[in-house]
Amino acid sequence: MKKKIVHGLIVALLIMFAVIIILPLIWVVLTGFKTNKELFLEPWKMPEVWKVQNYIDAWNAGIGTFLKNSVLITVGSTVFSTMLACYAAYPISRIRFKTKKFWVLIILGGLMLAPQSAVISLFKMANVMGLYDTYVGMIVITGAFRIPFATFLIMTFYKDISVNLDESAMIDGASPRQIFWKIIMPLSKPIIASCAIVSFRAVWNELMFANVLLDSTAKKTVPVGLVNLQGTTTTNWTMLMSGMVIASVPLIIMFLVLQKHFIRGLTAGSVKG
Amino acid sequence: MNRKGSKKTAFMYMAPAMIVILVFLYLPIILNFVNSLYKWGAISKEVSWVGFRYYKEIIHDPIIHTALKNNLIFALTSVACQIGVSLVIAAVLEMKFLRKWQSFFRTIYFIPSLLMVTVTGITFKMLYSPTIGLLNPVLEKLGFDTSNIAILANPDTAIWGISAMSQWQYIGYTVVLFIVAMQSISEDIYEAAEIDGASTLQQFFTITVPLMKETVMINMIIVITGAFRVFDEVYVTTGGGPGTSTQTLATYLYQIGFKNDQMGYASAIAFFVFLITFIIGLFQMKSYNLEN
Repeated sequence: MKKKIVHGLIVALLIMFAVIIILPLIWVVLTGFKTNKELFLEPWKMPEVWKVQNYIDAWNAGIGTFLKNSVLITVGSTVFSTMLACYAAYPISRIRFKTKKFWVLIILGGLMLAPQSAVISLFKMANVMGLYDTYVGMIVITGAFRIPFATFLIMTFYKDISVNLDESAMIDGASPRQIFWKIIMPLSKPIIASCAIVSFRAVWNELMFANVLLDSTAKKTVPVGLVNLQGTTTTNWTMLMSGMVIASVPLIIMFLVLQKHFIRGLTAGSVKG
Repeated sequence: MNRKGSKKTAFMYMAPAMIVILVFLYLPIILNFVNSLYKWGAISKEVSWVGFRYYKEIIHDPIIHTALKNNLIFALTSVACQIGVSLVIAAVLEMKFLRKWQSFFRTIYFIPSLLMVTVTGITFKMLYSPTIGLLNPVLEKLGFDTSNIAILANPDTAIWGISAMSQWQYIGYTVVLFIVAMQSISEDIYEAAEIDGASTLQQFFTITVPLMKETVMINMIIVITGAFRVFDEVYVTTGGGPGTSTQTLATYLYQIGFKNDQMGYASAIAFFVFLITFIIGLFQMKSYNLEN
């Protein structure tokens, strides 16, 4: 009996916490369908008429363009960093060579470098290198910061693939290149997927570099675009809310569909160690 | 494969990643240090040598003190919530009678961590707003006098409001991490403990916590490093205000560099951020190496 009460209490607390988490989200979605007048007069009521026009307005106010830019930069950055990490992790985990320790340290050290402490230099470098206000600049710089973690993750996975596979392939006359493409890569598909998802999430939500390295409105990503919209449309909150919903949906859908990969990627780095 | 050949292959595969890392991660840190020794701006053309003067300025700058205090508030609340509370929630969700509901709660708790900080920031800015927000009406219903409550407009409460938002966003993230780690603990240990008559609470402290020590340590360091990097949360909600009350090291260096065009001083602050995060990071590296 006592156990039942405790269990009931626990469930009640969990539900309360879930409500705290979900309530602001529901509020945003509902507000996205309201008129501004409704928001100011009755912020906690249901919308009287579901104003779908907000979504169209938000899209036309720039969210459409920002979304396109975000997709371009995020996909570019994810492919770029994951590919480079796949290559780099191969010799580190499977080939014996003298300076390996040094390179592992470079990778691990890279994990500890805060983008915030590099942002001013990168701003200056981007200007000198002609990367300022370009998609390529954003892809390379945000990608660069994903490489250490990606390499680390993929490297630990490569290590678990039996070396016997390499050796027997080598006896059969396969070159390292063939081993990489025919054995290692196909076996690593799951971790590569997880790794790509983690990078995708990070770059998709990235604000600081997008803020500093992009100048023209036509090239801005969703996070920066929303902040700017907030500044320019001080009166139109409900449209901003619909814009925020549009901005959040892609990643949430991606999570719900690819949950398993998602969680493996997020946990592999911190649980496995 | 002969030794020479393998060395060549190794470098061929590593080169692209290493070049990118060295150029875009390591070089900026070195340049940043050099840049901090000069007075310069992105707009103004004037460049003059100042040596270590900016580092002395950092020590005496009251806004740096505020920023450090705010970063510390973020670190402490984040450890309390994203490590402490999350660990408890994870353990509860792993209890047998909740197993079939686990994925439901887990999914809900996790969703905020998928949002852009821009989205959470604007959302909470509105929730906290006395005119259009949800917080004050709720507090009123609970019987509080809300005439003086404007979380983000009050320099004493603003940083706590921002930190609370960050906890709301990321608690679920570490809950999921901890659940995954807990699932790798053998069921047998708990069964044995149960036979010996250990209560759920005892099991949590004598089995779960000790066996999770490594995961907890690594995540604690990640959370603390994150707290000293905080930028987005503040930038979106208050931009460092009211006054300078919510400045963090990262927002302050952004303000100094990109708004006031004092790039030299901003570089010095950036180097200071680098030192702090790097030192904390060394602990992270140590815990990673433990396993290898």
